[in-house]
Amino acid sequence: MRIALFITCFNDTLFPDTGRAVVTVLERLGHQVEFPEAQTCCGQMQFNTGYRPDAVPLVSGFARTFGGYDAVVTPSASCAGMVRDNHPVLAEQYGRRQLQQDVAELVPRVYEFTEFLTEVLKVEEVGAAFPRRVAYHPTCHSLRGLRLGDRPERLLRAVRGLELVELPRADSCCGFGGTFALKNADTSAAMLADKTAAITAVGAEVLCAADNSCLIHIGGGLSRQGSPVRTMHLAEILAATEGDRG
Amino acid sequence: MTGAMGARGVVFLGSPAFPDAARTALADDRLRANLRRATTTIRDKRLAATGELDDWEELRAAGEAIKRHTLRHLPYYLERLEESVTAAGGTVHWAADAAEANRIVTELIRATGATEILKIKSMATQEIGLNEALADAGVTACETDLAELIVQLGEDRPSHILVPAIHRNRGEIRDLFAAEMGHWGRPAPEGLTDEPAALAEAARLHLREKFLRAEVAVSGANFACADTGTVAVVESEGNGRMCLTLPETLITVMGIEKVLPAFTDLEVFLQLLPRSSTGERMNPYTSLWTGTTPGDGPSAFHLVLLDNGRTDTLADEVGRQALHCIRCSACLNVCPVYERTGGHAYGSVYPGPIGAVLTPQLVGVEHASSLPFASTLCGACYDACPVRINIPEVLTHLRAKAVEAKAGHRRLPTLEALAMKGATAVLVSPARLGLAQRAASLGGRLLSRRGRIGRLPGPFRGWSDTRDTPAPPAESFRAWWRANRAGGQR
Repeated sequence: MRIALFITCFNDTLFPDTGRAVVTVLERLGHQVEFPEAQTCCGQMQFNTGYRPDAVPLVSGFARTFGGYDAVVTPSASCAGMVRDNHPVLAEQYGRRQLQQDVAELVPRVYEFTEFLTEVLKVEEVGAAFPRRVAYHPTCHSLRGLRLGDRPERLLRAVRGLELVELPRADSCCGFGGTFALKNADTSAAMLADKTAAITAVGAEVLCAADNSCLIHIGGGLSRQGSPVRTMHLAEILAATEGDRG
Repeated sequence: MTGAMGARGVVFLGSPAFPDAARTALADDRLRANLRRATTTIRDKRLAATGELDDWEELRAAGEAIKRHTLRHLPYYLERLEESVTAAGGTVHWAADAAEANRIVTELIRATGATEILKIKSMATQEIGLNEALADAGVTACETDLAELIVQLGEDRPSHILVPAIHRNRGEIRDLFAAEMGHWGRPAPEGLTDEPAALAEAARLHLREKFLRAEVAVSGANFACADTGTVAVVESEGNGRMCLTLPETLITVMGIEKVLPAFTDLEVFLQLLPRSSTGERMNPYTSLWTGTTPGDGPSAFHLVLLDNGRTDTLADEVGRQALHCIRCSACLNVCPVYERTGGHAYGSVYPGPIGAVLTPQLVGVEHASSLPFASTLCGACYDACPVRINIPEVLTHLRAKAVEAKAGHRRLPTLEALAMKGATAVLVSPARLGLAQRAASLGGRLLSRRGRIGRLPGPFRGWSDTRDTPAPPAESFRAWWRANRAGGQR
């Protein structure tokens, strides 16, 4: 199986550790991972902000870059959701027939990381150890977009030493929403305040999720409040072993 | 103040854009506490009421299918409805917009000579600003739904579809009743307390007097069956039932999308609506009437079919699903944005997620351009919707239309449009992305202290007011890969 990592522009630029973690986990499970260097971005920001034509070149770039792989794995539920739900919409609305076909063929082979582990590789125990009290925030795109269900939690429960604590009202949006957080900064901040209060209330040491975008928002709030809680992408927890400093 | 109504009546003229209105609402601690308590209670009740049905998803699918079919053949079913209502002794009127609907209703009331009429809670009559139009014509319209009465006494605006006074608590309601009821009719009893039972009794006494003397009532409609001409109103208090049965003349204003093909379709919707709306298995009062019946109820029945932007909405293949809405308000109660801001921030008769997709379509997206952006696209509304309106899908669709409309009105692109174009110009090329990453890393390290960036300028200021931002790492993933792993790959 030829596996390509779609790192996403956001993780590529700001969270390279997450990409390294995905590679570590997949290699530990005996798979080779390729990183097609032509990859850039799925166009989610342009699409969700109303600039659809500006997203179209990114859709065709994505199809061109990843077309030859058996599986495209990405550590971002929201970018996986963008590709799955909206690339076909954009191809239909603006693209030629060839692009529509390429997108339709590629989309079923694009997986969010935890989905790929549990559904394609059929593993839950990935050989990780992480002796910390961890809360998992199901991001909206994990929960209601990709319908990941409890797959991320099943992976986390199999991590040696990890204590998983449940967030109150975990399914409630953290208030990020991409450019929403800029256009409606006050409402976003009010939602963030409730989310950080819930995290603090359960006494988690680490908050993890399947999207670094939500985590940069939640982590930024926790940091500003002087909270000791760390935010980490779930892949980085699955990559950790006893030898790590944690 | 109730406020002037704007384009087609739906939006309140002079309403600020959503982000500004939301800021005001967020600063009101009591409002936020009221909203949180109320939405949490209704949300939990709804989950229990929908969770106990094994076939809830099938019911939702059926509701969606019936609505989609009806809208596809809307002219046919509306003509059937007109025939059925006429055959049963009613009169059907067609209103293209708010002004025409108001004119029809005003003339019908004038013909009876009444100067005071009763109102049943109705979104359609709020949408057209009927009470204000009647006041201009010298007719007093008295709201009889308890929450609408509270809103009317307070010269306020509704902030929720189902519970219009959700922003008020009982202390405020007591004060309103004590101060205002006397101006409209029977005053509140001396020494009124803020006990719910005492408040309900005060409203009952005040309204009972009006029920017994009213000649005309105006209602909305939840459903109308094309095959039989039966109209349905679903409510909790029984005050609607009073209005539907006691006066001699009944005038119903109904959006054209409310028609159902057959009486038997009510089987689906009378399950979907109460469970989604109040979290009840069945609502306390379901009134069904078919034209007029001698010696039983009103002797004159008028049905005003209202377009007011609906056929324009129907022309939009993606947006038309907003017309499936049965006004249950489940989407409001699960919406994390609505929970914080309340309904007034939406500046429209229709607040919350459904309002954010319906209002811009009814009035034209350029008149409500901030509403499609008043959402994180979290998807909770879509999951809760009993007729499966994909609200996030319509929101992103309307965002694109809002951006297009704005670009059409300007000679120069907005800063945002330039930023998006710029982002794409960088992102289409991995080499340019690599350069931008190096620049971001350098700039980030200049701005940051101990790996964190505190304040950011321009459009990012709102972001950095409450959040730190991590400094970009020295090496992007692609730089690391090239240095450590690349080789033998494309």
